[in-house]
Amino acid sequence: MNWLAACVATTVILTAASLVIGTSSIETSLGWLFTPDAQSAVILWQIRLPRTVGAWAAGALLGLAGAIAQGLFRNPLAEPYLLGTASGAALGVTLSLLGADASIGALAWTTKVGVTGAACVGACAAIALTILLSRGVLQTASLLLSGIVVAFLLSAVTSLLLLTRPDLWRSMQSFLLGSTGFLSWSGAALLGIALVLCIVPAILVSRGLDALSLGEDTAQSLGLSLRMLRLTLLGVLSLATAAAVGQVGIVGFIGLVAPHLVRETLTVNHRQLLIGAPLCGGALLQAADLVSRWIIHPAELPVGAVTAVVGGVYLVLLLWRRSRHD
Amino acid sequence: MTEAPRSQPASSQATPAQAARAAALRTEDLALGYGPRTVLRDITLAIEAGAWTAIVGPNGSGKSTLLRALAGLAAPRAGRVFLRGRPLDQWSRRERARELAWLAQDSGATNLTAAEVVGLGRFAHSGWLGSRKTEDDAAMRRAMLATGSLPWAARRMATLSGGERQRVLLARVLAVEAPVLLLDEPTTHLDPPHQEDIARILRDQAHGCGVCVLSAIHDLSLALTADRLIVLGATGLVGHGTVRAALDGDWLSTAFRTRVDIVEIAGVYLWRPTLAAASPLPAKRP
Repeated sequence: MNWLAACVATTVILTAASLVIGTSSIETSLGWLFTPDAQSAVILWQIRLPRTVGAWAAGALLGLAGAIAQGLFRNPLAEPYLLGTASGAALGVTLSLLGADASIGALAWTTKVGVTGAACVGACAAIALTILLSRGVLQTASLLLSGIVVAFLLSAVTSLLLLTRPDLWRSMQSFLLGSTGFLSWSGAALLGIALVLCIVPAILVSRGLDALSLGEDTAQSLGLSLRMLRLTLLGVLSLATAAAVGQVGIVGFIGLVAPHLVRETLTVNHRQLLIGAPLCGGALLQAADLVSRWIIHPAELPVGAVTAVVGGVYLVLLLWRRSRHD
Repeated sequence: MTEAPRSQPASSQATPAQAARAAALRTEDLALGYGPRTVLRDITLAIEAGAWTAIVGPNGSGKSTLLRALAGLAAPRAGRVFLRGRPLDQWSRRERARELAWLAQDSGATNLTAAEVVGLGRFAHSGWLGSRKTEDDAAMRRAMLATGSLPWAARRMATLSGGERQRVLLARVLAVEAPVLLLDEPTTHLDPPHQEDIARILRDQAHGCGVCVLSAIHDLSLALTADRLIVLGATGLVGHGTVRAALDGDWLSTAFRTRVDIVEIAGVYLWRPTLAAASPLPAKRP
């Protein structure tokens, strides 16, 4: 549990750091903290704080979704987007951009809320399509295959749409690469609500995930309904991923790496994993967000690029360590 | 172990001796299969409590299929299964899981500790939240003592050897304290002494605790140490009865469609490979 305390402490430190790191220099930001004025208060409390809080919540949702996906599919390489969510969200965004074409320049704010909603709807629709294609939730292998098919299909549709409107490509870019730059208090609040809605049922059925780790037959023989367990977990997985994708776009690797980090360092059952992975994922995305703001200061990198690089390096290290053990 | 009343009527096919001991599990005209294949037809069996019954037969003869159907994990194509007199599909999921414990042939790679795995055996009693009562802890402890797996309670499954892991998994099954145990190849991948350990635990459960133990066993000599045999062949059920009856009727040769030579040494039946007789080895071996 010390490890989890470390996660929480890291989050507190990162939150504090995120208040003083931004486009302005650190000295200026520190000055704002101690001698606030109207404008700096807005920057600190309406822009930087909701951004870092939202980043934490989105990372936590992705960590939770990753832990659930890996338990549900009994595969340590499963990740939140494996049921086609990312492609579905991208298609949703493309469609909303096409639809809101007329108001793009005039009402950026409305468009943004519209884009968020569209991404969410797209992600949920993709999962529904995946479940439909695999004819239910009882066959893990066919769920995974259907997820791949749906992902390819929806990506193809998105690409075709963008071919007809190349001007939309730039607007899509920030979404596809993942960005924490658009997070407001309302976005952070939505993510927080989604996190509570996801983590409570997930922990309630965590023992089912433990049982599932012994095999599907064994889990069933213990007296639990595989269908109920799968439906609950798929629901949570969809909500968590759709909420996160809607607010921060497609941020890769957090959902894959966070549960791994927890499992590598702690002896855990799924109840502990479903608490640890969100804490770890939240801290990871906050850290990535800070790096993305700071590394090419005063410009920003897309946060998805940072998580991809860091997550990729971590996985390679993991691979090397494994092969040295074997 | 649970000393549940066993008052249901025995099957009509049962001999008087069987009826006296009462069938814990009974099947009626069962037809089973997987994929497009129907492997077993017209299977009518009465499996009694207080005895260890081994299922033997060649690969693909339907040992696992039969066990899965008896455990309620696969629906039969035809016929019915009765668990303690009541049709299997009329039991609620939880109730059934308390009456019938199942050990799969292969278990997944898990991150859990041995104690957590055994604790899952109490799922049907303690539920989703796993709020364990004293009786659950006691059952877990008894199961781990019976299998000798208590020393590894706090260790991760991944750090245990194959034999140790199998004992923990067996403890998980015993922790259910169910009157019926179904085990699919509980001794595969184990070296002979470890196989013997597992077999001894199974026999103790049957003889000492009055449990109905039914297991598929690949090793013929080991299977012959059971009380009763269910012999499956390529074309279905060859026979069901005591080991003596199986040997007298030469069921094994019928099932494997080759001569299966069983010798008796000091009251123990052993399978003797007849390789030498079939193709004589050169007199001098290198």
